[in-house]
Amino acid sequence: MNQGFHIAVCGSLVPDPLQTLEPIAGPQGPALKNEMMLPAVLDPWASHALYEAAHLARQDGESRIWLVSIGPRARLQQLMMSIAQKAVFELVACDGPAGGFTDAAEVARVLADTVAAIPELDPQRLLLFGGCASASRDAGATLQMTGERLGITEQFLNVDELTVQEGVLRIKERIEGGRYLVSACDGPPAVVGWATGMLPEPPNNPQIGMQNMRSIMPALQRAKSVTLEAPELTFESVTVPQQRRDTRIVKDTPTDEIAAELVQWLREDS
Amino acid sequence: MTNSDSQTAPVLQTLPGDEVRQIMWRFAERFDLQMAVQSARGVARGPVARLVAAGERNNHEWTEAKNELLAAFDAAGLTAAFMEPELGGFIAGPKNLAVALIAFELGWVDGGAATCSLAGNLALSPIHERGTDEQRTAYMSRCVPSPANSDGPQRGAFCLTEPLPYVGVDTGVLGGKIRVAAWEDGQEPVLQVEKRGRFITNMDFASFVVAAVDADDDRIKGSCMVILEETDPGTYDRGAPTQKLVHQLSSTCDPVFNLEVPANRIVGGYDIVDGVIVPRFSHGQVIEAVFQRTRVTVGAMSAAKLLSAVEPIIRYQRTRFRGGDSTPGTPRHDLGLQMKEDSLQRLVDVWATGEAAASLVFAAARLFDRYDPLEEQKNQTLTAQGIRGARAQFRTLRKMQTRALEYLELIESAGHGADDERLSALEGDPLIQFLVQDSLAQVLCPACKLWNTGYGANMMREAVSLMGGYGVTEDCPGFLPQKWVDAQLEATYEGPEAVQRRQLSITMTNALFLAQFRGWIRELSAMPNGPAMGAGTLAAAMELWDWSLQYLQGTLDADGHKLYRDQRHGVTFPMTDALCWLLASHQMVLDVTELSNKGEQHPVVASGLPGTLQFMRDLCHVQAARAAGEVGRICAELVYGYEGQAAEGSRYGATPDESFDRLRLHLDRSLAGSRLAKDRAATALSRVMIPEALDYPA
Ligand SMILES: Cc1cc2nc3c(=O)[nH]c(=O)nc-3n(C[C@H](O)[C@H](O)[C@H](O)COP(=O)(O)OP(=O)(O)OC[C@H]3O[C@@H](n4cnc5c(N)ncnc54)[C@H](O)[C@@H]3O)c2cc1C
Repeated sequence: MNQGFHIAVCGSLVPDPLQTLEPIAGPQGPALKNEMMLPAVLDPWASHALYEAAHLARQDGESRIWLVSIGPRARLQQLMMSIAQKAVFELVACDGPAGGFTDAAEVARVLADTVAAIPELDPQRLLLFGGCASASRDAGATLQMTGERLGITEQFLNVDELTVQEGVLRIKERIEGGRYLVSACDGPPAVVGWATGMLPEPPNNPQIGMQNMRSIMPALQRAKSVTLEAPELTFESVTVPQQRRDTRIVKDTPTDEIAAELVQWLREDS
Repeated sequence: MTNSDSQTAPVLQTLPGDEVRQIMWRFAERFDLQMAVQSARGVARGPVARLVAAGERNNHEWTEAKNELLAAFDAAGLTAAFMEPELGGFIAGPKNLAVALIAFELGWVDGGAATCSLAGNLALSPIHERGTDEQRTAYMSRCVPSPANSDGPQRGAFCLTEPLPYVGVDTGVLGGKIRVAAWEDGQEPVLQVEKRGRFITNMDFASFVVAAVDADDDRIKGSCMVILEETDPGTYDRGAPTQKLVHQLSSTCDPVFNLEVPANRIVGGYDIVDGVIVPRFSHGQVIEAVFQRTRVTVGAMSAAKLLSAVEPIIRYQRTRFRGGDSTPGTPRHDLGLQMKEDSLQRLVDVWATGEAAASLVFAAARLFDRYDPLEEQKNQTLTAQGIRGARAQFRTLRKMQTRALEYLELIESAGHGADDERLSALEGDPLIQFLVQDSLAQVLCPACKLWNTGYGANMMREAVSLMGGYGVTEDCPGFLPQKWVDAQLEATYEGPEAVQRRQLSITMTNALFLAQFRGWIRELSAMPNGPAMGAGTLAAAMELWDWSLQYLQGTLDADGHKLYRDQRHGVTFPMTDALCWLLASHQMVLDVTELSNKGEQHPVVASGLPGTLQFMRDLCHVQAARAAGEVGRICAELVYGYEGQAAEGSRYGATPDESFDRLRLHLDRSLAGSRLAKDRAATALSRVMIPEALDYPA
């Protein structure tokens, strides 16, 4: 019965996690120092969603994947030089801000409009994928709101596994206490907000990349420019989460020992 | 810092990102290359870095863990990058820049891994450059990771070097022999090949070997390169692993071969003339075509080492005094060793060298991308004219030298009443275009191999020293001590420095090269942002070098021997070194100029452009001053050191006239402001934002 899913993966760029993030007051509100110049990666949660989508699509051979991204066009283009090598997808780009200081509801509005406007996308076959969170603005709400706007009420968040058996989606969601909730969903449309998933990062494959670029470059050129307005949104103050890096290089430590040390550290901290 | 200017000038915000590099190294429009870079980076900073961090370099055996790298290279498309798209590759057209960029990315972490990935190309290069169509299709397609090669891609080795006393620097005295084993009427002759190799890369797993051998049979003429396969009848002994102290992530052995192969394995094929097998290419002709491309790649590895050292050194310097009772907010805590002017300025020197080396090597790689189709066109044109064989081709091209020179002169005066019709006629002549590009290729290739690896190794020592004791431990972040010794190998294999100097000492006297060199002097003198980059200093140093070369060529030493001649290494070799300084600095100026021309149009680059440009121009200035210093010293020593006498007909007197002194003085005075540039660059290094941690394990 399945002619494949239409998977829209929502995700954009975030600063490479190794970079120093220093909030500053920019002309349009808070920003990160040198944000435009810092190397960026695809939001790690969205990456998991993309790899899981690719995995799903490979299994049935009929599904299609769109990566729906709001971000500065030039930065998205650079991001594509690595991401486009990892999975076969089509890009739907909106030229707009991708930082951590955008309003989740606004992002959801633009994402929903953009997904709805994809000409060949069949809403009845839609799986709306994305991260259950984001490395730049962990609102944890963007995907739900996008789904709501698209009228999708089957929503699964913190997902680590999705399998399809005779058209039925079997979905494992993370719940409290390190346990999973397993649900069966009759089929699309559904929202799937991924946690880390189960798949490793695929290696870069320039051959896939070159194939993807044929549609990605025109998509970037077509990217319409969007503004994310939220006049009611103001920031009282902005700080990076308190963190202390205590890096020690210790080779060959058994995992149990690392775990014990972490537990002890958490106890001390609380 | 001492000067007020350094407080007000725009400051470098972040380390230059990919977008900046793409503009400077001219691949902003090439997505295939940008992807190859990301792909190579993923392997380098992933599996390769993990192996080095895990201590896998501490043994010279080819272990299972090292062997897994081959699969990682395949999966990331690095093996296929060298292949044509119809044979499973993904880059259309010439691939010199692509391969140089891959070497750069892998070399950023580990030179041995870079060599391992690229040695397959070294084996395929003789076949690619000089092989017959059948050989090219057969071996290239076997080496592509694709479903068609179900047992995995084959890998090759390039076997030239032999046990003492045979092939090393001198590639002429071949111990490897080839004889006729059987030759039945009307059948393909069967050849007996005996070859012992020394230091042969890839030998632990290569299933074919391209070996240089000399005829030891009246029925074979001259030397050739021949393809040996693992399954050929006879001995295919991989030999013992070399006990290397460098590049342990590549495989190196001393193999022994004694095999029977069909004569169609001779690279490029053969003709039968009067009952004698005459290979179409001697081994010398094959290796010349191979090395002039693969040597560029080696220069890319050393450049990457220097640039990769910057971030770990800055981090080490800044955090040197943190912890204990140091207080955040104090210079000691926040700046650490960067409070010390010397620490910063020495790092400026390391960075400037890396920058110049990268500019030089990528310029050479791009040049070969232009050169490849011209060479092809030249061969077709000459063949169509019935001119075959290397010697006949050489004679024809030599006759065209004057016209090529005329072409260069016309370009110079284009728009100023030059004969435009004549210019476009010469421009359309593929042979002339070939000659012009060839004169550059024959200089830039040995120059980047020589300077990047040789002087690069010296500067890696400097980089290591900035890390103090940490710099000579296995734990040094960025693997700097390993990179230091690796650079020494890169200066040695594929022709040690002496070989590059020997080649340069001849090719840099080519009138076509010198005409272009003089054009560069004029360009540098007229550059809009020249003074900020030290372009005037560079032009002055180039003039001094040019004058000195002519003087040395026209002067005899006290014993009446010509000063500038083949075997007089004491004269010719230092002049080659001096030229390399100039070429590297020149390319750096061109790259920074490109950044200043194009950066504004790129939204990402534009956001930090003033600071980036200020810093890059300052680095250029520092490098130009350093190059000028070297050139001044070398030329003065040579010009005055021999107390020469004028050769007959020379326009120079017994001692250099005041022209030299005038040029030297001009050079010295042009250094004004270069130290201020260094001060500014040093300040920038104390302020630039760096990531929290290195993006590969240490
Ligand atoms: C790790 C490693 C991998 C290698 N991989 C390969 C490979 O895959 N295939 C291959 O064929 N070879 C390979 N080589 C060999 C390498 O190319 C040679 O070591 C190199 O060419 C130098 O030859 P040699 O060691 O015999 O030095 P020698 O010929 O002994 O030269 C030693 C030094 O003497 C001086 N010298 C020698 N001759 C002259 C001269 N005419 N003029 C001026 N000075 C001179 C130079 O200073 C030179 O550096 C590899 C070597 C190593 C170490």
